[in-house]
This record gives sequence, C-alpha cells and structure tokens, in this order.
Amino acid sequence: MSALTALARVSAVSSGVAQPIATVRHVHLSSRPLVFVPLALAGEANAPLAALVGSSPDAPQLLFVPQPRNRDQRFEFAAKLAAILLSYVDSFCGETETVPAGRNTEPRERYVDAPQILVPNGGGVGFVRLFGRSTRFRRTEGEYAVDASVPLLGRWLTFFAERSEYPGSSLLVSMTGALSMHWATGQSAVEDANLAALVGWIDPPSGMSGAEAALEAEDPLTWPPAGPATDPTFDNEVLAPAIEAGSLSMLESALRSQLMPTWELMWRGVSLLRGLPPGARVEQRWTADRDAFTGFASYVAEGGYPQAKRDVAVAAAQRLARLERAQALYDAQRAYDDPLLLAEYRLSGEAFAGTVIASSPDRIDDSGKRRVLRPHVTVRSEDPVLLGPGASVVSPARPSQTGSFVSVSGPDVVLELSGGMGRGLTTPPGSVPEVGERLTYTTLTESYQAPAAFPSREETPWTHGGPPVEYVPDDEDAAEDWS
Amino acid sequence: MSDVLPAVLADLTSGLHRGVVVDSPPGAGKSTLVVRATSSMVSSGQLPLMIVAQTNEQVDDLIARLVPALPPGVGIGRLSAQGYVAPPRVAQHASVTVGSKVADLGPALIVIGTAAKWATLSEGQWPWAIVDEAYQMRSDMLLRIANRFDKALFVGDPGQLDPFSVVESERWTGLTWDPMQSAVAVLLRHNPDLPVHRLPVSWRLPYSAAPVVSQAFYPFAEFTSGTGEGDRRLSLSTSGVGGGAVDAAVEMAAATGWALYELPSQHTLRTDAEAAAACAALAQRVVERGAVAYSEVAPDGAPVTEARVAIGAAHRDQVAAIRSYLPESSEITVDTANRLQGREYDVTIVLHPLSGRRDATAFHLESGRLCVLASRHRHACIVVARAGIPELLDAHPSTEPVHLNVPVKFPDGWEANQAIMAHLHGHRVRDSG
Repeated sequence: MSALTALARVSAVSSGVAQPIATVRHVHLSSRPLVFVPLALAGEANAPLAALVGSSPDAPQLLFVPQPRNRDQRFEFAAKLAAILLSYVDSFCGETETVPAGRNTEPRERYVDAPQILVPNGGGVGFVRLFGRSTRFRRTEGEYAVDASVPLLGRWLTFFAERSEYPGSSLLVSMTGALSMHWATGQSAVEDANLAALVGWIDPPSGMSGAEAALEAEDPLTWPPAGPATDPTFDNEVLAPAIEAGSLSMLESALRSQLMPTWELMWRGVSLLRGLPPGARVEQRWTADRDAFTGFASYVAEGGYPQAKRDVAVAAAQRLARLERAQALYDAQRAYDDPLLLAEYRLSGEAFAGTVIASSPDRIDDSGKRRVLRPHVTVRSEDPVLLGPGASVVSPARPSQTGSFVSVSGPDVVLELSGGMGRGLTTPPGSVPEVGERLTYTTLTESYQAPAAFPSREETPWTHGGPPVEYVPDDEDAAEDWS
Repeated sequence: MSDVLPAVLADLTSGLHRGVVVDSPPGAGKSTLVVRATSSMVSSGQLPLMIVAQTNEQVDDLIARLVPALPPGVGIGRLSAQGYVAPPRVAQHASVTVGSKVADLGPALIVIGTAAKWATLSEGQWPWAIVDEAYQMRSDMLLRIANRFDKALFVGDPGQLDPFSVVESERWTGLTWDPMQSAVAVLLRHNPDLPVHRLPVSWRLPYSAAPVVSQAFYPFAEFTSGTGEGDRRLSLSTSGVGGGAVDAAVEMAAATGWALYELPSQHTLRTDAEAAAACAALAQRVVERGAVAYSEVAPDGAPVTEARVAIGAAHRDQVAAIRSYLPESSEITVDTANRLQGREYDVTIVLHPLSGRRDATAFHLESGRLCVLASRHRHACIVVARAGIPELLDAHPSTEPVHLNVPVKFPDGWEANQAIMAHLHGHRVRDSG
C-alpha cells in the first residue's frame, strides 16, 4: 500500500466515511453496460445456479437452474444466458468508423462502441472465465449436444475474461475493483471485496457512518453475498428444500431475494462511478478495447477456433510482453490524468514538482552532424530530487517532450528538453516552459515502445520443448484432466 | 578442491547434450569459471562463441576479465544498443570491437552482449554459447534467444532473486514453459537429462558466513567457505568513544562476522527514517573506526575504505532514504538487492526487508532477496531491523496456494528468514532509541 492510500485509509477510519484516492475516473463506463450477477452452486466447481442479468436497472432478468446438478439443465441455462449476452454483444456490431492506415497497417474498420460487462467482484470475473471454459468446447451435435449458441457464448465469455487481465481494459469490470481504485475505506482489502460493505463505506445511508453501514453489510439476511458463492445458511435452509420440493416458484423467489440486493448495489456503484469525471486518457484506452472487440468479433464471424485452454510457449511469452507494456502505459496514463496519483510518485521519488526559475528556449546543440534545438530549463523543486544525471523525465503538461537531467544542485534541476517543439530551430510559443511555470516531472512515460520480437510458433526452441503440435478440433476437447 | 571445469567442458563437447548447467553459490568463482571456459573453448576451437549476460554492467565486467585471459589476437565483438558508450575498462582493449549489429563486429569469433540485445537479432546461428547469470534471466528471454545457438553452457546462482513481473502471471502457473520461471528452470523441465554441475566452495563468504548462508538458502546444495576459521579478520584500529549501540554493533560484527542492530519494535512506513539513519551511521562508523581487513589476499591487512562498504535494501525508495543520510561525497554503495547481485564488498549493512512491516508478503519473504543481501560480504554483515521479525513471521505462515504441476521449490522463504533471524539472535545489539 502506498503512503497516500495508507493515509486515506486512516482518515476514512477517523472520519467514518471512505476517502477519495483518485480525482478522476480511470475506468470507462458504458452508457448501457450489461450487469451480470452470477451465483454458483456450493460444492461443485463453477456449477451455475442463477444469475440476474440486464442492461437496465429496472429490468433484471432472472435465469436459474432448477436442479443445478443436472448437466443438461446447466447448458439450458447457458443457452438462455447466450440469448441475452449475444444479442447484447451483437447490438454493438453495427456502426463502424474507419481507422486510417498506420506505418505498418492497412486502414481498417472499428466499431464505434463496444459491450461492457459489469460483475460484482473478482469472483464474478472468475465465474465468467470458468463458465467460458466449460462451454466453449461443447459439441452442438451427436452425444450430449448443446444449443449452437452455447459454444459461442463460451468464446465470448472467454474473450471478456482474458481481456480483463489486460491492464486498463474496461470490457469486463468488477465493481469492487473499480470502486476500490477510486476510494479508500477504513477496512482491509479483503473486506473491500464485499460489495455491500464497500458501497456502505463510500455512500452510507443517511444517519449512518460508513463503518456502521459496513458492519450492517455483514448480515447475510439483509445483504446476501454478492456471489458467486452463496450464504451457507441460505443453502441449507432455503435453497436445498426448494430444490427438493421441485417448486419453480419457490426457487425463483428465493433466488431473486438473494440476487436483488446485489443488483441494486451494482447500479448504485455505477452511479457513484458516473459521479466522477472521466480521466483524459480513459477514452484512449476504451478505443483499444473497441479495437480488441472489433478484432474478436471478426475472428468469431470467420469461424475461428475456440481459445486454447493453455497458451503455448511463444503465445505465453508474447502475451506477457503485451501485458507488461500495457501495465507500464496504464500506470503512466493514470498518473498523467490524475494529480493525486502523480503525488504518489512524488512521494516515492519517481516524480518531482517545482517552478521554472530559468529557461533558455532557443538553445541550440551543434555538437552533432545537425544543429538541433535543445532548450535548457532550470526547475526549482519543492520535493527531494532522488533522480540523478542520465534520468529522463516527462511532464504531463507536455507529454511529447522529454527532459534529460543535465545537473542537480540542491533543489535546482537543469533539464535539456527535446521533442514537442516542431521541426524548426525556434520554439513555437508555449512549447517550452517559461519562468514562473509550475510543473511536475516524472519518469513515467507513455511513449511508444516497439513490440518485442519472438520466434514463430513453429520455431519454438528446444529449450522450451520445441514446436507444439498443431491443434485439431476433437470430440474430447471439452474434457478436463480432472473430469 | 576438485575442479569442475574439465567435467563441465567434457559434458558440453560430448555431443550427448545440447546444454550443461553449472550452479554456483555466492562468490564461488562463477565469473572465473566463465572466463576459463571461454579460454579453453577458444583454444580447443569451439568457435564462434556467443556469450550472453543480463546487464550491460555484467557484459563490460566480463569483457574486462576476458581480454587478459585470452591469447593475443582473439577478437571480441561487443554487441550493444545504439548510444552505448564503452567504459574505459572495455574501450582500452584494441581487440574489442563495439557495434550495434553483428555485421559491424568484423570477424570476431566471440560475440558478447546482453540477453535483451541478443533478443533483437532475428538471424544468425552460433554453434556454442555461454549464458551467464542464467537464473536471473526470465524464460521468455531465453525463448527469444535460444534459436541463436546450438549448444550452451548455463551458469548462475540458484539462490538469487527469481525473475518477477508487474502483471498477474497466474495464468501460466504450472506450465512447463511458464514465462515467469527462470531460464534454467524451464530449460531443465523440458530437458531433464541435462547434466547439472555444482561449484562447491564460496571464495567470497568468510568461514563465519558460509555455513549460515548455505543452510538457510541452499539446504540441498551445501557449500563451504574457501577460507578457514581465523583466515579472515577484521580489526578496528581506533576505539569507539561514546558511540553507544552503533559502536557495539560494529565491534560485534568485527569480532564475529555478524551483527543484528535492533531498533525498538514499531510499525513504520517503508522508508523508516530511524532505520535508514542507522544504516548510514553504521556504514560510516565502520570506516571511521579504521577497520582493517586481513585475508588471504591481504595478509598484512587492507583498510576498509568507503568503496569496500555497501548498504543493501529491498526497495528503491529505501535506498534513496538511506543515501540522503550519507554525505554527497560518500563512496559507500547503497543499492537494492536486485542491483547488488554479483557484487562483493568487505562489509555490508543490510536493511532487513521485513523491518517495521505489519505483514509478510511474498515479495518480502522471497528467500532470494535476503540471500543476495546476506551474501555480498567478505568479512562482516550488519543487519538493521526493527524488533519483532520472528513474531511477524510466526503471525504470517506461508499461505501461498499450492498449484498443480509446479515443482516444489527450495528453500522456503519463510523458513530461510527464520533460520537467519535465529542465527542473528546471538549477535544482537539493541538500540534502546
């Protein structure tokens, strides 16, 4: 935990209400997200029990499995979920925009909006991932055939789950994750995973402190767990008798009573998040999400294979490299968008703020083959400067301009600037900081980094087991090692 | 002492294996082994040879040691990123050619560069390779460079820090090619028959430290110190007047090779000001007291200067905090465990990774971190910590989930930490605050 978050948690305890740890919203929020609250049966790996799903607060649809141990009924549940989710996804496969050609890319079409699934917590994301895995390889003919929409649902769920591992993506968002990114409560991170307690801290009912609201949230009768695990007392005293009795209406009302409080919390969470202004770079990350969505939609349309259960060696290494680049970019973008996050970096010495006390905007460096504009600015820092010569820094005020450390004497840092000044030998007005300007400089950078090169799958070296065998779809694909 | 090099080279050139692994505990002569292996491969014609190290610093160090060991006229190509300026220890040798492309290196039979640089090459094949510090390399990096060589010698210290990532990597846990595993771990899982040799003697660690480090961090690969009891001594040429606990700790370390400088128990921020100040004060006191190191290389004693003292910590902000307590002109090294890997000093001061913490996370429990910090010294090591670490460990037993298909790894960080704290208990000096 960083120092500022620790401080915010302490003030949350003393003031009785959650404290903001971000000044802007760092997740994208769709104008019509699909809220999905799944429940699973206790004692079986990811056996679906029920779900509330829908994109309007007033119209949740309840799906449930009357006998959750019956596999046929599970896949009927999957088919019903597929009808809702796939039509929601399809509704975004309409209007496109043209992305102009890049250096190595052809012009392409991109959907102007993309679906967004909101689940209550990390367990909900896990449910999506595992349910995708258990449905995407199912046969649609022959023995144990399922509805044709089931394997398609599996691919989409898998897509959403895999994309959620991608730092900065907002296609599948857990509400507890999104809320605790913006508020610090006076409880532990484990307790923050309880949606009712978390919302209680952030937005307590009138006349109640956040701590009291969180305490109330511990009563599973008022606030049933947000899933996928259910309350064991509910399982024993309500669910089991209802399943035994085989009464659909009893089951339906019991499950609805378990899910409705979480459904309402989900929409309260949405409005809490909507109350924050979006960060300047949220749109940029959502564009990357739309790209991913468009790419996967066309992959599915072309009849691509279901996603592999395991990454082969090359795919794993490539994915790790992509995730690491995305993480670095996400960290930098959030800090650029949000002074409160940038302050964390000032505390840890990866950033410093100060005032420009000298500036030579027209300094020319003629030591190389070509004369280039390399202005110097001197910044008097208010923070201890832990960076030294050789470090290069960027100010969120001029993200395309890099400053390299020339010297540090006491609080005064001399930086040599490059970039963001046009191509000429004189600086356009405003492109170089002027004396008196207050700035923050940080080592975080959002500059483009070329992707790393990897061998092709067929060239997997002997150190990593050699080339993997080619995938051939098989009737046994859905089987697991342990099933 | 048996020399493992002939056996290593015999395995490598036997044609039976594509790779050979040499495990080396701290200071066991890993670099020497790489240099000797290179020169004997040169003389028996196992060329061209590619050499891979992990950092530019390591590459330059290796070049500086290789050149004098090779017959005159053997050219070395230094593959580097653009903008690299060769330091004097490399630039002074006429036989070294620096270039950012293989084509720029001329006819060099030995090409050396960092793994990251090698990974940018998309063609070329070297029949022989040496991969240095292979346990520091992540397996995804090995994946990127493995097509460049035919047979390779992998050398490294298995007790050092595991590679890490800032992103969630659970997705790959249990895969034999998990990119988060070290290069050697993945290599051996796919090629379990590769011969693994072990260097049995640490020439760096003194008699007082080798058994402690060996038992705590290398429980199944014991090693001994190359020097015997009393072969190394640290004497203080002035007596401390009114130095209190700092002097007592320095004296304890000089006399026994270890000291635990214990601050009163307290939960603190990561950059604990008192602990940082204590680290700086202890390091300076060692020099002020005129410590003289007597050893097999300096039987008449060599003064312990600032350059021979280092302070190690877990985090960069702690390093910065400690440095702020040292005068700007100080030559005492202050760095993180990651960056101290492979370096050696006479005396080290270690800010214990768990000092002042409320919890013991996997990062702080990682045995490699403490192992690196506790094995950089030739004479003495002083650990600075808040009281209460054994109790903290007791309150946080290892609860990491057990995954399928993941080989059990030794040592266990929790146990290694307990072992070191138990040993330090007998060398404790309390700062009453």
